[in-house]
Amino acid sequence: MATENSGVVAVEEVTPTEAFGELQSPDVALIDTREPYEYAEVRIEGSKLIPPAMVADEISKAVPDKSTRIILQCRSGARSATAAEQLMRLGYVDVASMAGGILEWEAAGLPTASDANLTPEQRDRYSRHTLLPEVGVDGQVKLLEAKVLLLGAGGLGAPTALYLAAAGIGKIGIVDDDVVDASNLQRQVIHKLSTVGTPKSSSAREAIENLNPDVEVVEYNFRLDSSNILDVIRDYDIIVDGADNFPTRYLLNDASVRLQKPVVSASILSFDGQISTFMPYEGPCYRCLYPTPPPPELAPSCSENGVLGVMAGMMGLMQANEVLKLVLGIGEPLIGRLLLYEALGTRFTELKVRRDPECPICGPNAPEVPESEMGQFPDYEAFCGGHVGS
Amino acid sequence: MPTVKVPPVLRQHTDGATEVSVSGSKVGEVLQALVDRHPATREQLFSEDGELNRFVNVYLNDEDVRVLGGLDTAVGDSDTVMILPAMAGG
Repeated sequence: MATENSGVVAVEEVTPTEAFGELQSPDVALIDTREPYEYAEVRIEGSKLIPPAMVADEISKAVPDKSTRIILQCRSGARSATAAEQLMRLGYVDVASMAGGILEWEAAGLPTASDANLTPEQRDRYSRHTLLPEVGVDGQVKLLEAKVLLLGAGGLGAPTALYLAAAGIGKIGIVDDDVVDASNLQRQVIHKLSTVGTPKSSSAREAIENLNPDVEVVEYNFRLDSSNILDVIRDYDIIVDGADNFPTRYLLNDASVRLQKPVVSASILSFDGQISTFMPYEGPCYRCLYPTPPPPELAPSCSENGVLGVMAGMMGLMQANEVLKLVLGIGEPLIGRLLLYEALGTRFTELKVRRDPECPICGPNAPEVPESEMGQFPDYEAFCGGHVGS
Repeated sequence: MPTVKVPPVLRQHTDGATEVSVSGSKVGEVLQALVDRHPATREQLFSEDGELNRFVNVYLNDEDVRVLGGLDTAVGDSDTVMILPAMAGG
């Protein structure tokens, strides 16, 4: 019990083992006075979280009866002792602080709970994520459970893949049928000299596995076409379009609308980039924005016109940013918005993109396609050729 | 005068200019004024019957003219008409 002596409040302390014994009674309240991210990582089952700054405001809600036995606990015992003093000044008469906090509790082998299945290594690796209230441990678990497919391991896909892997996206599929060329290394930072001449998908896999063993990499070392695209994208939550040709972009759009998969789409040329997020039926699709591909003379490729490597990297990372927001369910994705980036002027321009009521793919009058014809698409090769992500 | 923003793929036809100020009170007039000044842009923008090519997106400020009044959309002096190219580079 606490005693008062010359205005100094003496706080009763209990050991973790004593606290554990007391907590077998339902009449004892356990208050955790740490921050939310600490609580999410590891906590004592049945404890109630009240961060230090909110103790005075929230205790009356959590424990209305001031005669209730309260044990306060934090990480090491300092914050809980301070909070115990506060409660006693507020008139709570039966308050104790758990000495040594949850560190001592764990050291004593007492049971803990966590709303995450993060390993100690993962808690450390992702601590800068879990510190963010918008992410937290729950968000990191979502990232670790997310499945993201990258079309192309080229100028856009290379930086996207590296940062998604670093962020702990649990499964990353990589579609690319090309091999690494020395001219790729100016911007495709996932590849390296030693992998020149090897498939881009395996080069990317090697880099990802060296960066983060939490990530499962699936290679699709072939070209997407109407016969295989549905099977490839079906298992993924989000598709990232970094393809370098129109046929693949339209093919992906039609297939992703059919399977209702969100697509984070970017394209780059010279010093300019574009990015938008296509959420089927919630926002416009690629065909709503671009009903018809341009003729080849108006659609030069990076290999013809050149591309600033850093600009490619910036657009790829903006795609990665969109993916993280979609997985976490935070922020404002670029749905119905097309963001243009001009690297030379360092200018961003945002344009509105609306659903096209006449859209042949996602419009209300789009033709019904019977189940037996799923996966059948027009021959996009007529537009112009190209390799995914080269 | 309204400003026309020229995409990279058309700049070879505008002597490299990224922006061109031309007169006109409708989107169609502004684009026609661009074509008058840089004739090589015509076949990129318009089909033979004078319609805007299907693959050309034109924005008035941040809105697609397809959801406004198309080529008849009114343009003010301080407005920007942007020719938006689809790009496929990755």
